[in-house]
Amino acid sequence: MNYERIIHIIFCAAIGSRMELQMERKQILSINDLSISFQTSAGVVNVIRGMNLSLYKGETLAIVGESGSGKSVTVKAIMGILSNNGKINNGSIHFTYQKDGKETQQDLLKFTKTVMRRQINGKRIAMVFQDPMTSLNPTMTIGAQIMEGMIYHYKTPKREAFQKAIKLLELVGITDPEKRMKNYPHQLSGGMRQRVVIAIALSCDPELLICDEPTTALDVTIQAKILELIKDIQKKTGISVIYITHDLGVVAKVADYVAVMYAGKVVEKGTTNEIFYEPRHPYTWGLLSAMPDLNSTDDKLYTIPGSPPNLLHQVEGDSFAPRNIYAMNIDLRKEPPMFKITDTHYAATWLLHEKAPKIDMPLELRNRINMMYKELSEGDQETMPPALNKELSEGDQEAMPPALNKELSEGDQEALASNKIGGIIV
Amino acid sequence: MSERKPLLKVNDLKQHFRINRRFTVKAVDGVTFDIYPGETYGLVGESGSGKSTIGRSIIRLYEPTAGEVIFNGVNISGRLSSKDTQHLRTRMQMIFQDPMACLNPRKKVIDIIAQGLDIHHLYKSKEERKDKVFQILDMVGLSNEHADRYPHQFSGGQRQRIGIARALIMNPDLIIADEAISALDVSIQAQVVNLMKDIQKKTNTAYLFIAHDLSMVKYISDRIGVLHLGHLVETGTKEEIFSNPIHPYTKSLLSAIPQPDPIAEKKRIAMNYDYATSGIDYHKGTNQHVSGQHYVLATKEELEKWTK
Repeated sequence: MNYERIIHIIFCAAIGSRMELQMERKQILSINDLSISFQTSAGVVNVIRGMNLSLYKGETLAIVGESGSGKSVTVKAIMGILSNNGKINNGSIHFTYQKDGKETQQDLLKFTKTVMRRQINGKRIAMVFQDPMTSLNPTMTIGAQIMEGMIYHYKTPKREAFQKAIKLLELVGITDPEKRMKNYPHQLSGGMRQRVVIAIALSCDPELLICDEPTTALDVTIQAKILELIKDIQKKTGISVIYITHDLGVVAKVADYVAVMYAGKVVEKGTTNEIFYEPRHPYTWGLLSAMPDLNSTDDKLYTIPGSPPNLLHQVEGDSFAPRNIYAMNIDLRKEPPMFKITDTHYAATWLLHEKAPKIDMPLELRNRINMMYKELSEGDQETMPPALNKELSEGDQEAMPPALNKELSEGDQEALASNKIGGIIV
Repeated sequence: MSERKPLLKVNDLKQHFRINRRFTVKAVDGVTFDIYPGETYGLVGESGSGKSTIGRSIIRLYEPTAGEVIFNGVNISGRLSSKDTQHLRTRMQMIFQDPMACLNPRKKVIDIIAQGLDIHHLYKSKEERKDKVFQILDMVGLSNEHADRYPHQFSGGQRQRIGIARALIMNPDLIIADEAISALDVSIQAQVVNLMKDIQKKTNTAYLFIAHDLSMVKYISDRIGVLHLGHLVETGTKEEIFSNPIHPYTKSLLSAIPQPDPIAEKKRIAMNYDYATSGIDYHKGTNQHVSGQHYVLATKEELEKWTK
């Protein structure tokens, strides 16, 4: 074998002695410093502004954010299906996959569209779109549509493909698959159609499945079934999944890792538990607070004030600052780097700087999280992020937001002129 | 509550669509509820349960097959005189799901909003028309300069505000919001829901809020009706429905709401409800009173079984 791999194994083993959990994780996708802009009639729009993300084998990553935050553009870049006015300015997307039985790692951005279509799309990376009616061909039977990919990519004999298609339909929970093979999409209900789309996506045994709002067009009962189905399949096949969604309830159900995007950047990433129980970025606080809470009796929903920045213009400092009630002077001047909180948890906000005032999440959100915590059984409590665990065992007062740290009066660093700006800066 | 006169009374409403000689789709099959002035009635159910059909039948986009709809004391389900039509078209308004599809892309916002005024000749001068539009724009949180723009120049949330403004300018008693927030982001949904609540406080407009997202319905509604296969299976105040769901379908709907709580969420399995195998026949059930305003469609035996 080659040296690189041996070195890699030794390296992994060395780290593994410290972090057993991380050792077995195999990276399959890594996005580095990606930046994408679109040429429009109004000017150049910088849609993705330096993005870093990685995905490991068999894990689920959810990308959340408002519309226009760049979630869909990111996955389109992975698939190489950006529209013609899109331009990749910088960065790389390394993807590890099986090619002719050998494991290879390639930069997807170096491939031409033809190569992407022949070797990657549908074969190694499959995608499930939002609306199952528009992603299925209304003039082809669903059987033919499932077999199409196998025949194109692997030259599978028709009879074999037919058998495999039946197995796939069984896998996605469609009863009487042999009969269904001859059906047309309009003969199926919305939930069934989405199951068929998933079967098509799985037909070529891809390494990575990208689900772009797979359940937004479906109602809650069917949504729950589809999500459980994808999880089930993941357990059986060990496939990696990227979810794109703005529904945090869905994220809580399916994801292992979460990346929160805002204005073309990842502003916070971490394990699902870290993001939901110990969020650090004010934008994540806002998103979580805006979720309606079934237990609360408030009659007003929390909203994040203002609207996302127009990426036609250069963004000065932190792009979220104008909407952030915790914004400090530095936020307007300098873009925050990713601060490390734990080995898996990162957030890009100046609030995490050691000289910044110590601010906790809004009280209502903290209370809500504490409520969830109380409802959990003891065994589960141990799996919570350690920070929260400690805080709660010391009593509820500890969980209250600590008053602004007085340290800031001494904070004489120029870069961190950290007087709090109340309200919103327009 | 009993002294108040209902604004809208829907009585055994049926809406059937005949496909061919042998087959008729019974989209709505005997639904009864009423809405009081200034309250919000939430109608929830899965796709195909007939919730949008009810909204459309009430506002007479469809011709109801049977049953009656009484709005402001006037029966609007049969043939309408021109006076009643006028009454219906001005006092009841609708907000649609897709804010891009329901706004004419070739018209300026001011003309879209003022269209109702134009049709019913509700202003004396150009100035008055403009003033009225500006007032409404202010109410929905848009500014005067937005009036001269076109729909494509707005974001999704702003477009939905225009849709709301268009409904509000007629100063209606009832607004039917058909999945008005389903196409929007979570944070924008919250903004629109808050806006609708604020407006309700100011104008005392009643809403019929049709949605499949129960968590948002809970925020906005006073009372909720759960619809399944064209039947209203359970209705009551939101507290009654959420704290004491009786019908198995309501229970399964409630259990399917995703919550932002990863550990609980990963363990939770949504309850399954299949009408075909459950042995429940909606036609046999009658409205059984549970408590307060809480009614369930069931036979006596079923009710006993479910409440045990």
